[in-house]
Amino acid sequence: MAVAETKKMTTLQVQRFIPSENPTNTYLTDEKGVWAWMTTVDHKKIGLMYLASVAFFFALAGFLAIALRTELWTPAKTFIEADTYNQLFTLHGAMMVFFVLIPSIPAALGNFIMPMQLGAKDVAFPRLNLASFYIYVIGAVFTFISLYMNGFDTGWTFYTPYSSDSNSAGVIWVTLGVFILGFSSILTGTNFITTIHKLRAPGITWGRLPLNIWALYATSIIQVLATPVLAITILLLSLENIMDIGIFDPALGGDPVLYQHFFWFYSHPAVYIMIVPGFGIISEVITTFSKKTIFGYWAIALSSLAIAFIGFLVWGHHMFTSGQSAVATTVFSFLTFLVGIPTGIKILNWIATLYRGSIEMKTPMLYVFIFLFLFSIGGFTGIMLGALSVDIHLHDTYYVVAHFHYVMMGGTLIALLAGLHYWWPKMTGKMYNETLGKISAVLIFIGFNMTFLPQFVMGAQGMPRRYYNYIDQFQPFHQTSTIGSYILGFAFLLMLYYLLKSLFSGEKAPSNPWNSRGLEWQSTSPPDFHNFDHTPVVINHPYDYHKPMEEFQLGIAISHNGHSDEHQDEIVSDETEKA
Amino acid sequence: MANHSASQPAHVQHHFVDSDQQFDSAKLGMWVFLVNEILFFGGLFCAYIIFRVWYPELFTQAALELNKVWGGVNTIVLIGSSLTVAMAIRSAQRNELKGLRINLMITIALAFVFLVIKYFEYEHKLHLGIAPGSFWNPTPEVLAVLDHPKANIFFSIYYVMTGIHGLHVIIGIGLMIWLYIRAGKGHFSSEYYTPVEITGLYWHLVDLIWIFLFPLLYLIE
Repeated sequence: MAVAETKKMTTLQVQRFIPSENPTNTYLTDEKGVWAWMTTVDHKKIGLMYLASVAFFFALAGFLAIALRTELWTPAKTFIEADTYNQLFTLHGAMMVFFVLIPSIPAALGNFIMPMQLGAKDVAFPRLNLASFYIYVIGAVFTFISLYMNGFDTGWTFYTPYSSDSNSAGVIWVTLGVFILGFSSILTGTNFITTIHKLRAPGITWGRLPLNIWALYATSIIQVLATPVLAITILLLSLENIMDIGIFDPALGGDPVLYQHFFWFYSHPAVYIMIVPGFGIISEVITTFSKKTIFGYWAIALSSLAIAFIGFLVWGHHMFTSGQSAVATTVFSFLTFLVGIPTGIKILNWIATLYRGSIEMKTPMLYVFIFLFLFSIGGFTGIMLGALSVDIHLHDTYYVVAHFHYVMMGGTLIALLAGLHYWWPKMTGKMYNETLGKISAVLIFIGFNMTFLPQFVMGAQGMPRRYYNYIDQFQPFHQTSTIGSYILGFAFLLMLYYLLKSLFSGEKAPSNPWNSRGLEWQSTSPPDFHNFDHTPVVINHPYDYHKPMEEFQLGIAISHNGHSDEHQDEIVSDETEKA
Repeated sequence: MANHSASQPAHVQHHFVDSDQQFDSAKLGMWVFLVNEILFFGGLFCAYIIFRVWYPELFTQAALELNKVWGGVNTIVLIGSSLTVAMAIRSAQRNELKGLRINLMITIALAFVFLVIKYFEYEHKLHLGIAPGSFWNPTPEVLAVLDHPKANIFFSIYYVMTGIHGLHVIIGIGLMIWLYIRAGKGHFSSEYYTPVEITGLYWHLVDLIWIFLFPLLYLIE
């Protein structure tokens, strides 16, 4: 008997529910054809469309990265011109940030998983959700148009005065593209906040919210508060290019440092838009494969919000050498150290979750360990860069490049891969090849470290970032790094192979292959069009691994009961039968 | 027990449990969107503050070029339209469909009045060569009064702020015409008037932003 604390004695009859193992009617069979996909308002299909787009841009930008690394094999020209090189690294950065990292976890995996973890049928505004996908596509089209307009080579940050002086046509198109893309992010954030507030299934109180949802909630808050500032900044930059309005251009009386302030007021929180949802995935995967209740639920949940909050106060650490006042610099440096606290709290709680857990080393869990290792290095080097005197030496060197790749790729992307492998059976209804999964994870770990560890060393020795040429003493580091990038490229191709193969000839996935207690696993694989047959009633905490599985299975409400607050008291479960 | 979803009114979308949940969601969504809007304009206000601190004498000089009387009239027009949109919501709540349509109509008319006045203000300034950015080419009479090397920056800020605000007014007019048509088709009642309510919220914000723009741009001394 699972009876929640009684507030008011209105008993709700709840029946236990076991999802069917061989679903005949799933969201994939519900509507068919390209047109049905393109006009769907189903959050799961929109999530998959995002996932495909993100994968496409990742492949494109990853290919550029390999081209860049190949060019750096020799100090002088290897196979591309210096101007092309400048355009390629700009494009690599802009695409990875705006088209891959920012939408990757919230818009792709989050869209698919969030309503399921809430027991909702869809997000609050399904049509807005579809619109945000198409806005993303339009933003991408603008970026491609800019490539026809001779491209852009400003670096992904579009710093003025360079961006207002150099090839205007290319910069105008790409900045408008980023402007449009921002709306996609804003709409997703607005949609998610509303969904989390209003569409939770009966029984999901704030204290029973999965940590992935807490992370997405914190992310959405950052998206809503930071992205509009980027939008206005980029709009002003476009106007600067179109008709010289003189806000940022020093030649006209404007202030380029103001641009940097505006830009980083968005772009530093944007770093947390990328990494915080990754934290959510890690929390889910680590409990499932440790078969143990999460350690410090509230600490992890609230530290996401703390990171979101502190993240708004540290943007000046990108500008230590840009001529901002010494007082501001000191304050920003101090605040930057503060970010380490909630992040450290998370890491310690995850490690404590592992302690005495029954750890099962499946592919997603392997990625969690890779994440813990790589992200910690990324975090620690970030603290070092936040220290003023150290930063004067290291700023704009490969040390910075290595640092943010450890955070963004070693953190966000590895977490994305953990989530992708974790939820793949749920999304597709197919199992991938576990052995190939592990091989590719290990190769990614080796390739990644080979690529970016040498960059710490040569950065500390003074190799500046974004340079086409370098002095001979750095060649061994560059060559090691290039070989590492090839290993990474191969590992991703291997992953593409086994994931695609699983779609066609993969084993059929059971509804809950990992024995997770999460709500999303209590539906069929792949789920029904409406996620659950009935509105589920949640009786237990999402990480109640101390209870046996049958005790844990979901209730479904035999009759309707409201989501609205005045009905919350009625959610007292009293199961009538065990299924 | 009866399946609740079968007894829902037609306006409730499939993924909501009931009408209340749909209404609350729409309203919360709009509030979150308004927070977006405030931060969007917040960037502009921030730019305004910084340039005003740098060139205080420019701002006081340049503001003299703006017409306080017409700016004031426009403020009254917009505040009036906020009242009528609130009355439109009130009518919808009371199920007075005729009152809803009349109030929407007055709001649309007032929004048009605002834009027409704004158009004549712009037209007058462009005629004097007070244009944004590279189109800045003021007549000697203007230069006699406004002798400041960075004068174009004030007007760049003026045009961007009022221009984006004007764009919001145009979007608001579009939304209210859409509401007017739907009200004519009898889509709204005291049971369901969510779009009227959230458009009203949006319109109040557009009004509120103007209430900040007017003194900051027109009334500085």
